[in-house]
Amino acid sequence: MRNIFLFIRRYFNFIFLLLLQGFCIYLIVHYNTYHNAVASGFMNEVSGKVNTWFNKIDYYFQLKKTNEQLVKDNERLRNQLKVNFASPDTTTKIVTDSIPYDTLGNHRKWLYLSAKVVFNSVSAQNNFIVLGRGLHQQLKKDDGVMDPNNGVVGIITDVSENFAVVMSLLHKDSKISAKLKNGGDAGQVTWDGKDPNRLSLIEIRKSAKVARGDTVFTSGFTPTFPYGLLIGTIDEIIPDKSTNNYIIKLKSAANFYNLQYVYAIENFQKDEINRLLENAKNKINN
Amino acid sequence: MSTLVKNLVRFVILILVQVFVLDRIHLHYMVTPYLYFLFILWMPFQLGRTAQMLIAFALGFTLDSFQHNPGFHAAACVLIAYLRPFLINILIPQEGADNNYDEPSAKSMGGFMPYMLYAGVLTFVHHGWLFFLEAWQFGNFWYFIIKTLLSTAISLLLIIIVELIFSRKQQFRTNTV
Repeated sequence: MRNIFLFIRRYFNFIFLLLLQGFCIYLIVHYNTYHNAVASGFMNEVSGKVNTWFNKIDYYFQLKKTNEQLVKDNERLRNQLKVNFASPDTTTKIVTDSIPYDTLGNHRKWLYLSAKVVFNSVSAQNNFIVLGRGLHQQLKKDDGVMDPNNGVVGIITDVSENFAVVMSLLHKDSKISAKLKNGGDAGQVTWDGKDPNRLSLIEIRKSAKVARGDTVFTSGFTPTFPYGLLIGTIDEIIPDKSTNNYIIKLKSAANFYNLQYVYAIENFQKDEINRLLENAKNKINN
Repeated sequence: MSTLVKNLVRFVILILVQVFVLDRIHLHYMVTPYLYFLFILWMPFQLGRTAQMLIAFALGFTLDSFQHNPGFHAAACVLIAYLRPFLINILIPQEGADNNYDEPSAKSMGGFMPYMLYAGVLTFVHHGWLFFLEAWQFGNFWYFIIKTLLSTAISLLLIIIVELIFSRKQQFRTNTV
């Protein structure tokens, strides 16, 4: 017994080092899974306040680029207005839906909520974005996030009262269901941890028709994103020798370096879909 | 300024510079400039080893909470805080020199080269352990080694610049131990 105490006293510093390292590795393993992305709501609020303060300076230097993005967004939306379309012949006529706008929100599926980016990182291996809008302002966990020009940015993993943390596409656990515009083959978009703005599209079979420059967008198979949000364009096609699949490198549609405003996308039918899936799973298991 | 106040100010400034300046400079995805651990390099000689490790943990954890990735920087900081006394013992020129000065610098370590060696080894270990923990999840090791080397070079350059701009006045304390 005495020897054990002597041993501990002699190597106290080394044992202390091992304990602290063990604690750190516990933190890494515990908090880096998808569902525990953030340490605590309190830490989130405090660092969020500091970030908001500094973002005011940073934002000033990016006003030009932000403005450009918003103007492009407006252009896109203006071109979708019904007054822009005139039909030349009289055989077809435009009929206005008797319920043009669902004021009660009964049939609404997607709701877009704008949010200011207060912190953004691209240099780490697991990148997060912090939004200055939280639980009190309607944001919810598992909402999708896109930038003003329809590019997918990430998924909200945690919300506190006034801030929300987004797991950006540049994260090792990020996996987004995607589809090729030409041909319609579906795959998964991941990140290999190297170059920001360069994503990988996996699980596309070699029989699929792919070409450089093709567009890849969200498949709409998951309840997080609606169909057709841009993810990126194909930059490089590498045949995987060990499988029958391609590894496709994408140039991301969203520019992660200068995000200032984003939209969170809420799906009102998500709970219903999830409940249905849960039921189906239970039936199979029993 | 007392040692405590000086170190507290350093802590806050280095964290803010790291989070809001250096993390925003995107030189290249292989090169991440780090400077915040200069706080550990500059900690006083007289601090107990357990205390050094605890303070280093606090430093790393603060940076981690800004990046929403708890654990990575804390682990690297604790490791270099543990190794620091060994390196000082090897590199310090004569017996008792660590009593004559407050903290490690080119002057107290007896020249520019020993000090740079001290800074270089700790920087390399810090980056190596940090990127190892990060690369572990991805598993691309060549990338990890090259990233460590390049980032160490850029961090050392930053340390030299900081040493030149903010020269610390090192008072020679009494010889009597």
